Amino acid sequence: MLLRAFAGPARDRVTAVWVLLVGATLLSFWLGTDHGLSSTEARSLVILVVAFVKVRFVGLYFMELRTAPVALRALFEGWCLAACLALIGFYLFA
Amino acid sequence: MSTISETTTAAAERGQRHLPGEEGTWVFILGDMTVFAVFFATYLYYRGQQRALFIESQHSLVQGYGVTNTLLLLTSSLCVVLGMKAVRRRLAGEPTRAAPWLFGGALACGLGFSVMKFVEYGQKLAAGITPATNDFFMYYFILTGLHFFHLILGMGVLVFLIRAGRQASMSARQFAFVEGGACFWHMVDLLWIVLFPLLYLVK
Repeated sequence: MLLRAFAGPARDRVTAVWVLLVGATLLSFWLGTDHGLSSTEARSLVILVVAFVKVRFVGLYFMELRTAPVALRALFEGWCLAACLALIGFYLFA
Repeated sequence: MSTISETTTAAAERGQRHLPGEEGTWVFILGDMTVFAVFFATYLYYRGQQRALFIESQHSLVQGYGVTNTLLLLTSSLCVVLGMKAVRRRLAGEPTRAAPWLFGGALACGLGFSVMKFVEYGQKLAAGITPATNDFFMYYFILTGLHFFHLILGMGVLVFLIRAGRQASMSARQFAFVEGGACFWHMVDLLWIVLFPLLYLVK
């Protein structure tokens, strides 16, 4: 019964999103422990962007904003974009 | 009962738009997210003023704790999504009892997060590190503490979801509360997804 909840046909998509989010988390962890790119700034920027891509996935697929009224989805996506740009700006120029 | 499955699963399948939860819940969630975004930006602003101090202080954080907590919250969120699907199937008449178990799984992940936080705070305090140590640790304790407060509220919400998940029928209003509760838990996950890299990984 529980197993079906994780692997049933209609649940495939959210489980796939979870796999993607776990993969992105491990990628950020790897980059954040001084692997991958040689520039610290580039690593940090990739980590920030990856975080907001993850946030967007949580919103669209877990909070079900993909099928929510357009205004709500737009507010959420607007938050993602604004917060991401603001943090990049403060990281680079503060 | 049929009205609930009409407004949710069926509506989504037909491509109709559906508000997950009450409008008020979303005012609260988006408001909270905005307050956190301001805190995140403030943290980076002060980090820019004392870059060397922040990077040096950051070295004493255990990144493994942060990443484990991220994985716990992602898994809890998956449990909540699957739990909501189980609630809908049950309300549509399927004899599934998976929902309370899935919400319980999410709660277990939340408890795991709490244990890790206590261990982490305990180690910091034992090493003589407090919010008064320097600006980095002040932000570290304020931001993670504020998030932890939301997590505790969220665990209360999960207890409510476990109870609701046992019901074979509920009013549209009750169902909206259940959906809003699920979204609140996702917000706890979402905020940590930004907070973890910001404090532990961004150098």
